[in-house]
Amino acid sequence: MSALTIRNLRKTYANGVEALKGIDLTVEKGDFFALLGPNGAGKSTTIGIVSSLVNKTSGDVSILGYDLDRERALAKQRIGVVPQEFNFGQFEKVFDIVVTQAGFYGIPARIARERAEKYLRQLGLWDKRKNQARTLSGGMKRRLMIARALVHEPDLLILDEPTAGVDIELRRSMWDFLIGLNEEGRTIILTTHYLEEAESLCRHIAIIDHGQIVENTDMKSLLEKLQVETFILDLARPVTEAPRLPGFQVRLRDAATLEVEVPKTENLNQLFVELAERDLRVMSMRNKANRLEELFVRLVEQNLPGQAAPTEEVAS
Amino acid sequence: MSAYQQWVAFCTIVVKEIRRFTRIWPQTLLPPAITMTLYFVIFGNLVGRRIGDMGGFDYMQYIVPGLIMMSVIQNSYGNVVSSFFSTKFQHSIEEMLVSPMPNYVILTGFVVGGMARGMAVGLIVSLLSLFFTDLTMQHAWITVSVVVMTSALFSLGGFLNATFARNFDDISIIPNFVLTPLTYLGGVFYSLDLLPDFWRAVTLINPIVYMVNAFRYGVLGVSDVNVYAALGAILVFVVVFYTLALWLLNRGTGIRG
Ligand SMILES: Nc1ncnc2c1ncn2[C@@H]1O[C@H](COP(=O)(O)OP(=O)(O)OP(=O)(O)O)[C@@H](O)[C@H]1O
Ligand SMILES: [Mg+2]
Repeated sequence: MSALTIRNLRKTYANGVEALKGIDLTVEKGDFFALLGPNGAGKSTTIGIVSSLVNKTSGDVSILGYDLDRERALAKQRIGVVPQEFNFGQFEKVFDIVVTQAGFYGIPARIARERAEKYLRQLGLWDKRKNQARTLSGGMKRRLMIARALVHEPDLLILDEPTAGVDIELRRSMWDFLIGLNEEGRTIILTTHYLEEAESLCRHIAIIDHGQIVENTDMKSLLEKLQVETFILDLARPVTEAPRLPGFQVRLRDAATLEVEVPKTENLNQLFVELAERDLRVMSMRNKANRLEELFVRLVEQNLPGQAAPTEEVAS
Repeated sequence: MSAYQQWVAFCTIVVKEIRRFTRIWPQTLLPPAITMTLYFVIFGNLVGRRIGDMGGFDYMQYIVPGLIMMSVIQNSYGNVVSSFFSTKFQHSIEEMLVSPMPNYVILTGFVVGGMARGMAVGLIVSLLSLFFTDLTMQHAWITVSVVVMTSALFSLGGFLNATFARNFDDISIIPNFVLTPLTYLGGVFYSLDLLPDFWRAVTLINPIVYMVNAFRYGVLGVSDVNVYAALGAILVFVVVFYTLALWLLNRGTGIRG
């Protein structure tokens, strides 16, 4: 049984926007999973459906084996959600917000207060417990939402851009906190714009764009994929089989066209030396369109102007 | 969720609602106390002395039940419409929607919160009226059931209003343009016997007439309408409004994209 299973999930909003075009996703128990994608990709819509805040158009979702249509209350009991936008009463006090949330899950007041204290302390908000939520800083508000999401001790924690607007130092401590939760056995899914964040935390990753999953793999394979570039070479004369070139993956597209994968660490001169040695003359060459590559270019551009930088290197 | 867990969740909402209106008491509890005291002074004492009897009672005694009812109606409605709308507006409704608590618990919690405010203000106004007149209670059970059902009905009304509201204007239109006129024309200040036949018939379409008169019957023992029919009608409306509100909540109208 997996922590989250999504089958052919579609969502068309009332205004006609097709936010999800049939996505499939499986997250195993205990995993630390990233959902990466540019603005408007459909990340929050997916999370909204999983957390019962958005009505799906079609498809199936099950959480720890509970089908969201048939056993919604049981499914809800098992997940905690930290949304992208602040969604607590601005005039409520920090402590009350967490205790009240526990009450909504049917947790009696005494236990609710103990848990609220535990998680507010862990997230460094205990000193602020009597403050109205609106007086907290952005990073504190986000931590408040994390404490609130944990108060019923869910097995699956979903965080929608948990580190947006959080400074580097705090981001580090939040990462450590999340890693700790994962080590306790909780499954964690987070969305992010930052590959670096996914890389530091997650074992598996799905990439979503325009409402479709374009990649769903483990972190290691993804990084390897990003390390190669594919070129298409038109040859002067046809060949019968793909030549073996040390250091490069070569495939025959048709008799006179080669597809060569070049690791970003290799230089192209070496490729041409190898080709020349085999008397293969290249008439033209182009870059194979790579959706993943394009997507990352877009992600990176999106992260540049004015946004909080993903890593220390970029920040300083 | 077990019955006990649902009970905990229900109490959580009610406590939250009560905490809200007591925290902002200068906006919720104080204004009706002041307004109603002014009514007592001006209409009851100053003007009322010249009016003389109404329905067999002095004018002050006659209007007190109506004014208590008016407070209950306005405050039950006002509490739920503003609390539920601001919960939607601040998106903190999501705290409830992600939890496993069933929708009827959410609805009942808000309604009971509104009833608590309506009845708290009703009680404050009743106590204040004791400075101006003697308040008797001829039929305690009728008095209590009318207050309970009326506050439930207007809490539900406030809930429905907030469900459809998209902005702050939408939550003041109905109270200002529907509720206030209906209340003023609902027999709070005069007996229907004073009206010409035509206007009397028109007035009888106004549901608030029945609530005010049923309550006045509980307190003074006089009514312009059949009290048991009135109670029955209020109950029917409560059931209809509750069913409608729950259906909308289940559909996610105004709260779920
Ligand atoms: N309530 C809504 N009504 C109509 N369209 C919506 C609504 N919410 C989202 N959308 C649209 O659905 C698409 C997906 O939005 P979504 O919020 O899921 O993206 P996202 O991946 O979370 O983006 P971001 O990284 O900016 O948070 C977008 O085109 C968005 O405009
Ligand atoms: Mg989003």
